[in-house]
Amino acid sequence: MAEHLLEVRNLSVEFHTAAGVVKAVRDISYHLDRGETLAILGESGSGKSVSSSAIMNLIDMPPGRISSGEILLDGVDLLKMPAHERRAVNGRRIAMIFQDPLSHLNPVYTVGWQIREALTTHGTAAATARAEALRLLTRVGIPEPERSLDKYPHEFSGGQRQRVMIAMALALRPDLLIADEPTTALDVTVQAEVLALLEELQQETGMAVLIITHDLGVVAEIADRVVVMEKGVLVEAGTVREVYRNPQHPYTQKLIAAAPGKGAMHEPAARTEPVLSVRDVRKRYGAFEALKGVSFDLMPGETMAVVGESGSGKSTLARVLLRLDEPDAGSAQWKGRDLFTLSPAELYKLRRDLQMVFQDPTQSLNPRMTVYQLISEAWLIHPDILPRAKWRDRVAELLVQVGLGPEHMGRYPHQFSGGQRQRIAIARALALEPQLIICDEAVSALDVSVQAQVIALLDRLRREMGIAFIFIAHDLPVVRDFADHVMVMQRGKVVEFGTVRDVFEAPREGYTRALLAAGLDPDPDVQAAHRAARLKRA
Amino acid sequence: MLSFIRKRAVASLISLVGLIVMVFFLSRLTGDPAALFLPVEASAEMKDQFRELHGLNDPLLVQFGRYVGDVLTGDLGESLRKARPALDVVLEAFVWTLWLAIITMTLVTGAAIVVGSLAAFRAGGFFDRLSSIISLLGASVPDFWIAIVAIVVFSVNLGWLPTSGTGSLLHWILPICVLFIRPFGIIVQVVRGSMIGALSSAYVKTARAKGVRSGPIIFVHALRNAMLPVITVIGDQAASLLNGAVIVETIFGFPGVGKLMIDSILQRDFNVVLAAILVTALAIFLMNLLIDLAYALLDPRIRH
Repeated sequence: MAEHLLEVRNLSVEFHTAAGVVKAVRDISYHLDRGETLAILGESGSGKSVSSSAIMNLIDMPPGRISSGEILLDGVDLLKMPAHERRAVNGRRIAMIFQDPLSHLNPVYTVGWQIREALTTHGTAAATARAEALRLLTRVGIPEPERSLDKYPHEFSGGQRQRVMIAMALALRPDLLIADEPTTALDVTVQAEVLALLEELQQETGMAVLIITHDLGVVAEIADRVVVMEKGVLVEAGTVREVYRNPQHPYTQKLIAAAPGKGAMHEPAARTEPVLSVRDVRKRYGAFEALKGVSFDLMPGETMAVVGESGSGKSTLARVLLRLDEPDAGSAQWKGRDLFTLSPAELYKLRRDLQMVFQDPTQSLNPRMTVYQLISEAWLIHPDILPRAKWRDRVAELLVQVGLGPEHMGRYPHQFSGGQRQRIAIARALALEPQLIICDEAVSALDVSVQAQVIALLDRLRREMGIAFIFIAHDLPVVRDFADHVMVMQRGKVVEFGTVRDVFEAPREGYTRALLAAGLDPDPDVQAAHRAARLKRA
Repeated sequence: MLSFIRKRAVASLISLVGLIVMVFFLSRLTGDPAALFLPVEASAEMKDQFRELHGLNDPLLVQFGRYVGDVLTGDLGESLRKARPALDVVLEAFVWTLWLAIITMTLVTGAAIVVGSLAAFRAGGFFDRLSSIISLLGASVPDFWIAIVAIVVFSVNLGWLPTSGTGSLLHWILPICVLFIRPFGIIVQVVRGSMIGALSSAYVKTARAKGVRSGPIIFVHALRNAMLPVITVIGDQAASLLNGAVIVETIFGFPGVGKLMIDSILQRDFNVVLAAILVTALAIFLMNLLIDLAYALLDPRIRH
């Protein structure tokens, strides 16, 4: 009997690309036992997913190459196995679930078919597989399991799809489940449910779980031990509590310090004359009522966060305010004028006051324009802001303001990291000297340490330039650090509005409390207390 | 599903009506129909008689109404050369073309899917390069040239196959092989491109993580997703065969609708030409409907 269920020893993986050899992971070692949960924590580019891909034999070779190391499953090296034996391990002994279940389920087959395939591939008889698929769907909590077997992946919600993935992965009761960011794309309440389901199933089957994540909260919630990776190197390992309380490596220290939700909360000044006054906004898309009468006031230089789960209408609200979509009813007074009744020409003039920063800077920046072109384009459209002779100096100034440099002017978006691209998007919004910036999940796609920097930047701009922010987010700790007021939305309606302190410390509504309770705290002790409270309620 | 079919059928019907209008005006407005339909040496008297007989002196709208009525009752006029209903002449030839197209496209589709999929599975490998060269050649070489070379090599020099005509199964081999080459070259390329995308998709990664074998990964998981763009191209290629492979049919003396059209144009048998246009167009509309159905069958998201 081998010492551990899984042991990765001195694994190095490199990728041969046009730009040269990239060493994705270098000499990493870790182990995992039955019934245990190990988290691999790291930011984008840390190589945290590479070792699990190597375990699952999912690395394409070429361009990938495993240059050294062994991966022992019960003492047998997976890397030295003949191909047919290796294939038989996947699905039966090791299974995997992924971040985005929609793209990871085959769109043209029913979920029943896909679960049955997991069984029949490894020799289960078709009739048995049918009954077993039904049992699995029932177990993971899919409503109407009998009918759901014949549905296609697109007919389920995100959380349900991840449950289907889990049912499929656990079909043959594997010894090891690898979960690659399994809850990153899900709402907080759904995330809590899926993590709870994983834990239950782990207790039932005694499997080991290897969870790959960037989220300290997920680590605190589910893991026994954690290894931290940075740029392909394993920099720290230990129990979750040890690593959180007493991080040794500077990178781990930085990561823990950057976790949002710990700073002082804003104390907004008394509310006076609002700059934006929104009343009873309604919008429907066909039969779906996205906004059912939303009203709020926004003070100058204030940050109002809009939180809620997917389908709550928060992004629709942003689009309607900027008239990217036309509202069905309601008014939005901006400096005494109704945004919703402006003619296209008036709206065009007013657009410079109202800017938007989107979630994905990779998509919102034209890849064929230089940073200089991207930022100065605004002045091409609104020539009265700045004479052409001053453009270069002003772009340089804006770049410095968002923490980049004048030397970045001639570069293209792909030459920057995600966080830098979001800074460019912010500089572009600032170029028009707006008075209101609507941020739609503007920091959601960024790594934690980068997120903290971008939030600090936005906060500084708010203080120095008096810009008001509508900050749409699903991530509550970020909101806690940045917002003055919080508006909680659910199914197109405002359920709670208050100062950040009121909402976070004394939430009035059950829905707000549920949202806050579902959020994960990076501190394993705090999270353990949350769990205890949750179990008591249940 | 039924409403989907109905919607598609209505859309096709609209195009079909447009086509009938166009064919009518093609025959009436591109000069004097009497001059078009009658032999060049016809006298002015004969032309007058012809106009009177076919009501060509009536207002255009009346003529159009009569024409639509005729089309709906399947009366497309007489073949002037064969003294039989034009529709019968065309349908006779069309059956030959239809068989030629069905057999060729079945072979092409099967072969192109297998070759393209395998090339995509090991993209950049030896088989991929070999199939790329062959398919590129196939897509570029003119078919009349291949047809002539094939006749010279296999019929004249080797004496294995007949040069032209339809008497036996052997007669089918050369036309099918020649018609096979171009669609095969094109479809292989499309299958390959589409399959490379499908094979690098996330759901294929899931299938590999489940331990699914390479065969089902390629032909069950990836192929069905990759088929949508391929089906469009298969439709295009099949349509050009249904139109009558004019040159190849003529070279091999194959009595299909393509050869019939050329012969009728040369003989100024205008009713046959119009009937042939209408029949092939109808066939292409039906085929497009089948292709839309195939889309819906392959992808549940289109059905919903």
